[in-house]
Amino acid sequence: MNQQSRRKKTIDSPTSDIQSAYNQYHSKKILFLITVTIGILLLAGIAASFGSYDLTLVQAYTTIAAGIFPWMGLPESVAHTIIWEIRLPRIAMAIVSGASLGVAGAILQGVLRNPLAEPFTLGISSASAMGASLAIIGGIKYFGQYSVVMNAFFSAFLATMVIYSIAKSKGMTPEAIILAGIAIMFLLDAVTSFMQYLGTAEQVQAVVFWMMGSVSVANWETVFIVFCIAIISIPYLIYKASDLTIIGAGDETAYSLGIHVETVRMRTLIFAALLTASVTAFCGIIGFVGLVSPHITRMVIGGDNRYVIPGSALVGGILLLGADTVARTILAPIILPVGIMTALVGVPFFMFLFMRKRKELW
Amino acid sequence: MVNVKLNDVCFSYPGADILHNVTFSIGPGQMTGLIGPNGSGKSTLIKCIDTILKPKGSILLNGKDILTMERVALARSIGLVPQNGTSAMDSTVFETVLMGRRPHSAWRISEEDIHKVADALERLGIGNLAMRDFSHLSGGQKQMVLLARAICQEPDVLLLDEPTSALDIRHQLEVLEIVNHLVKERNMSAIIALHDLNLGARYTDSMVILREGKIFSAGKPDELYTPDMIEEVYGVIAEVISVHGKPHVVPIRPAEYGHYIFAESLQNERNMEIPA
Repeated sequence: MNQQSRRKKTIDSPTSDIQSAYNQYHSKKILFLITVTIGILLLAGIAASFGSYDLTLVQAYTTIAAGIFPWMGLPESVAHTIIWEIRLPRIAMAIVSGASLGVAGAILQGVLRNPLAEPFTLGISSASAMGASLAIIGGIKYFGQYSVVMNAFFSAFLATMVIYSIAKSKGMTPEAIILAGIAIMFLLDAVTSFMQYLGTAEQVQAVVFWMMGSVSVANWETVFIVFCIAIISIPYLIYKASDLTIIGAGDETAYSLGIHVETVRMRTLIFAALLTASVTAFCGIIGFVGLVSPHITRMVIGGDNRYVIPGSALVGGILLLGADTVARTILAPIILPVGIMTALVGVPFFMFLFMRKRKELW
Repeated sequence: MVNVKLNDVCFSYPGADILHNVTFSIGPGQMTGLIGPNGSGKSTLIKCIDTILKPKGSILLNGKDILTMERVALARSIGLVPQNGTSAMDSTVFETVLMGRRPHSAWRISEEDIHKVADALERLGIGNLAMRDFSHLSGGQKQMVLLARAICQEPDVLLLDEPTSALDIRHQLEVLEIVNHLVKERNMSAIIALHDLNLGARYTDSMVILREGKIFSAGKPDELYTPDMIEEVYGVIAEVISVHGKPHVVPIRPAEYGHYIFAESLQNERNMEIPA
């Protein structure tokens, strides 16, 4: 048998068929990530062109490019100020917050092996709401203008630690974590309701508005803080993605394959909580993104967390950016809370994918 | 050359002692069957050997106590085929088998890993399922996939927890033939928990019979299989005949003995209560 025919035999062997099928499947995942990234860039430009000061898409992109590449020598303009000082921080906050919530959802669904898990299942949102209510109604101002933010953040993180401690005493099983989270959620919701009962009409209104969620607080400073937490947390979680996928197959399987299940579960939960806490502290409660972004991603590219985590970040980013763009333009000049729009925009899209795919959720 | 040695292995859940002083050893190229009635401790013993559960006593792998070994190092040496395997959500068969490469590979999946997965799938005749969703497979297909995952792990010791319980007779034979072939070809050791005494007799080199967490007897199947052993361990009257040189257990229906005689003999010989 000459070398050429031997080589042909190797290429045509069933094993190489399986390998090429897997490589194609792998390429599909990469293509999905690239497509959603391009989608975010396009949507960011569109979002930057929308608003009370009308800009064309070309003007929006040119102004963004001028800010990124100052040597292009484009003159400063009103458009530059509007885009770089007002619209882009909001767009960036929507993308980073959506990405953080999407990743947190992917982690929690994977590590708890529960399709209904999301950043708020563990009571993190309730803790943030309680912290914000305490600052608004209780008048806590230790952190000046950031009192609401800091209170929300520390409450969320404290709640996570309490849940973690309770769950650890029961062996850090998914069931123990979910039960501890739900118990804490009800407790903190009761505290928030009690504070609202005590508050004045203005204070209650402020709390309710905060709880509806909004990225309107965005400026480059706040974006930077949320971005820093995301840029630390997300790469670590992607690094642990293979372990998370295997944990999804069961604790005993994961343990048998060499994974320190409790340690991975604990660390990834803390990072997921950190991501959620940073978003809720600045933007309030934005539901749905954390729940559906991982599902949408998995429906398209399957369950490998090495791709699901970045995919959920991108889908979360585009979902929240899309929702915020609709929220601030649909009834302009009235700006709707983005928390309302995420469900209104996301649910039809999610149902479309869900019905089309006709797959079991899990 | 691998050698597994269990010395006085004991395990208890709170309020319930499961295993008592289990001691046996197996050598390379050997298949050892664990048999015994439900609740006799077979699955618990398998989990103890894989250190999913932490037993007392010692389990030595080539003279080294596995309870002190690093988790990843142990995963390179011991592979488990669980009884009821699940996979991660929306995972394909290929991705499920790829998990078996986790003890050997880093974050990035190498061409070698991909080749080994494809090879294992092809070897078990399930290459056509590679891109199918694991959750959509039949019980038998899932069992084959989990075996492929354990093969990809390239362990020295293979633990199988009732791998044939969900399979039809053809697939039972297929799985055990593959395991038998692997054990001989790679000089591995395999410990396999089984309910089917006759399959155990055909495929294992030695047997450990468990009853209430203790070793009732151990040795070669043709030495162990006797009507008395079946009756004492399972409480069942059976004949043991020879088929192609291997012992074959034929259980006798109580009706064939006469229900009254069967019940009376049990009451007299073992002082058991006659059910109403």
